[in-house]
Amino acid sequence: MKREESTLNAASAGGGDARPVEGDVGLRAAEACVREVSSQIVEIVSDSGEGAQTAGQLFGTVCAKMGNGIWTVEIIPAEIEPPSRSRAGASGIRIRFGTDPVTNMGDGADAVVALNEQVLYSRIDQGGLRPGTLLLIDQKWASSPDPRIAKAYEKAVEDFYQRGYDVRQIPIEEQTATFTDDPHRGKNMWVAGLLCALYSRDLDIALDEVQKVFERRRKGREVIARNHEILRGGYAWGLENLDTRFDVPSRPRTESMVVMNGNAAIATGSMAAGIELCSMYPITPATSASHYLAADFHKVGGFVHQAEDEIAALGFAIGASYAGKTALSITSGPGMALKTELVGLASMAEIPLVIVDVQRGGPATGLPTKVEQGDLLCSLFGQPGDAPKIVMAPSSIEECFHFMITARKLAESFRMPVLVLSDANLATGQAPFPRPEPSEEWLSPPVDQSRWPDGVPAYAWDSQTGLSERPVPGQIGGAYVLTGLAHDEHSRVAYESAINQRGIRMRSRKLAALQKTLRPPQIHGDEEGDLLVVGWGSTRGAIEEAVDRIRRDGSAVSSMCLRFLSPMEPGLKQIFGRFRRVMTVEINYSDDPADPLIDDETRRYAQLAWLLRSRTLVDVDCWSKVPGQPLPPGVIEAAIRERLEGVK
Amino acid sequence: MYGLKTDWEEEGSDCRYFTLQHYEGITPRWCPGCGDLAVLTAVQRLCRDEQLPPEKTVFVSGIGCSSRFPHYMKTYGFHGLHGRALPVACGIRSRRPDLHVFVATGDGDCISIGAGHWVHAIHYNMKLVVMLLDNNVYGLTKNQTSPTSARGRKTNTHPRGGFFDPINPVQTTLGIANASFVAQTVDWNPPHLLATLKAAHEHPGLAFVRILQRCPHFATPDFEALQRDRSKLLLLTHPDGIELDDAAKATFEKQESHDPSDLNRARELAGLEDAVVLGLFYRNPDVDRYDLHTAEGVGTTRTDKLTAVQAELDRYRI
Repeated sequence: MKREESTLNAASAGGGDARPVEGDVGLRAAEACVREVSSQIVEIVSDSGEGAQTAGQLFGTVCAKMGNGIWTVEIIPAEIEPPSRSRAGASGIRIRFGTDPVTNMGDGADAVVALNEQVLYSRIDQGGLRPGTLLLIDQKWASSPDPRIAKAYEKAVEDFYQRGYDVRQIPIEEQTATFTDDPHRGKNMWVAGLLCALYSRDLDIALDEVQKVFERRRKGREVIARNHEILRGGYAWGLENLDTRFDVPSRPRTESMVVMNGNAAIATGSMAAGIELCSMYPITPATSASHYLAADFHKVGGFVHQAEDEIAALGFAIGASYAGKTALSITSGPGMALKTELVGLASMAEIPLVIVDVQRGGPATGLPTKVEQGDLLCSLFGQPGDAPKIVMAPSSIEECFHFMITARKLAESFRMPVLVLSDANLATGQAPFPRPEPSEEWLSPPVDQSRWPDGVPAYAWDSQTGLSERPVPGQIGGAYVLTGLAHDEHSRVAYESAINQRGIRMRSRKLAALQKTLRPPQIHGDEEGDLLVVGWGSTRGAIEEAVDRIRRDGSAVSSMCLRFLSPMEPGLKQIFGRFRRVMTVEINYSDDPADPLIDDETRRYAQLAWLLRSRTLVDVDCWSKVPGQPLPPGVIEAAIRERLEGVK
Repeated sequence: MYGLKTDWEEEGSDCRYFTLQHYEGITPRWCPGCGDLAVLTAVQRLCRDEQLPPEKTVFVSGIGCSSRFPHYMKTYGFHGLHGRALPVACGIRSRRPDLHVFVATGDGDCISIGAGHWVHAIHYNMKLVVMLLDNNVYGLTKNQTSPTSARGRKTNTHPRGGFFDPINPVQTTLGIANASFVAQTVDWNPPHLLATLKAAHEHPGLAFVRILQRCPHFATPDFEALQRDRSKLLLLTHPDGIELDDAAKATFEKQESHDPSDLNRARELAGLEDAVVLGLFYRNPDVDRYDLHTAEGVGTTRTDKLTAVQAELDRYRI
């Protein structure tokens, strides 16, 4: 029995043998078979600071370079250095890669490398594994001088067998120690090498990536050489000792691709949009977007201002926008809450502005590092009074890039704030997409300093569309005093009823004008059927995968993803009318209809469902959860199947 | 009218001349006798004297009586939110080194709701003229205690008297790293007010000017006493300080020569309890200016930007 082998293996590893024991990992490479599979989900979990994410990103990049589709999800604890060997401190990364493009994190992992057994439990608790998951676990704990640790490890391994995982105890740290005096820091590279062997990755590409990773960190040749050696070590060990290996073939690719995470895409997109100022205050999980900008923004003449607080960050951006070019602020939920009043000012005084909200769990401090789609309603309705603004939500990392260009242009054309709702899933997930071909048209034009035409007021609202040209300081004849008070078209403070009504009507009209330029959303699946699943933002890939699985059974399910939330894309009511039921799937809270006291009068709906119900008067249902992690397609599939039962 | 015409402007050439009228916005709606009116007059004179092009001049304010200031100027203006004038002004300055940016803020706006921004704006030291129009009271919302109200002063929120000694804006500002210009003046001495604002405008960095400003409606006895009893005022004089002609100087009973590079003495003077000190407490033109950093890259051509964006994308290429 495997279980006995494991015990044996642990005992002999404790003997301090320089050569690793192969007992548990079975056959030699010569006899190993390489199985071809179309996709795999692999995770690396460790204590914080052990480099699991670096190794995983490297592995993901290697896969992407080999032409595979990839999607990565980072597992980030809220603390920088949480206690080691604790479930809450689990840090890591999931890489899903396949022959075809990958759009979401998938269901249970096919393989998990765990640097200790406790962090693995956190993944088990999160539902990250499936029966039969290949576990590659560092066996060093079996020989821990602390008997409690050794015992905990032994007990856990036994438990893992019982849970039906395919457990392999691997001398990860011990092997790493043959290449470096500090195996604690080097073992992530050894793991990357091991995974390259397990999945038949191109070693040269991997070595090249190692070099890039350490060059980016400004490390010298010596460090790179040592890490090369460790990676080769893991690779060689894998080839020699793993009994089953896999290959995930790729399709030939013609177009040029880039790979990055959503926050890097937002940063790069901002640069391509010609944005020159990003004003921010540090907040998870938005901050890394500013890090990417801070590193390279100067190359396009841009500047990142770290303000003293979230309010000041937006005030600074508004000042810069008012005086010239549309500025950017990047934040997350708590920051959005603080910016509320200034967003209202930007709407009221028609200041173009782009605000990225990388959503995390709320309210208050909530789940700082975890995903949620909970900021939709506050984005639309967060201000007192009527404060129209544009709200968009990218549904992929590629869209994170392109939406920045659109957002900047819309902000200027419609002279209003544009909120881009990303989330923690997109922010840290990496995926390849066709390399954008930027053009000068994407960049903002130089600040207009020509003479302002005589007699044209600061808000010469077009009575049809509410649109107007904006004077910028420096334009002779354009001087006006911007105010957050009710004002007429000359920006003169005016409290008269008719003037207030007109100003608000004109600002609102702009949203209608934008809506008339939008196209109806595309439907994934048939144009009519039993059930339409509507989502927004980062859940698109998982929803579509779930829908595809259900459609294979012949069920009449389709899905739709909304990119514009304010204004909403046209034709929704007509589309909904072609389905017997409509439901949303979202990562935010809604009451479960089966809960106590919950009935038609008390049930609180998921955020998009609220909007769609009021917009279309269709009885839109919803299924939503706040698990603090992306929704796996299997979970969505189960939820949809349950609702389908109700339809039939 | 015959004779020389002073109110003229030559279009489309560099030799435009601006008169006071070029800076006069709508008729002020401050109460008669409000000290803000005196400051407005001084500022319009400063703009005229310095010939600041109205289109290159921006007045930024928050909310409060004095924050109506931009409406009464005929330049660009930004009348924003309560407490947020300084971040907005810093943002305007950040990418527009060609603009003259002034901030009009009150004691509630700056010292209370915007206090965090006040500390950090001083720390950033961007080139701005910040005028703190300090009337020791909330006027617009009708007589509430301000952080600069005297202890025990009875207001609508503290009918039995305020609990605290006031915050001393000058002393506090002098305690913030990178403070580079700190002065104090009063609305009722036009020559000193104008001279102070002129020195502030010339300063390379953030010039913080606290202007003691009378509120005729919720009249503060402190200001009346200051006007009645000239011995309560101490004028700072120094060749490097605020320039005042002899006639104006002669109206001050008490004077002290103070070198504005002496930060320690400046802090002592700011803390004097038996006198209100007018003049330049501190000036250091060599403090690093954040706006010189924020403006780096302004004017980068689209071609250069596009090249950089292409290179950036190539970094992520696979």
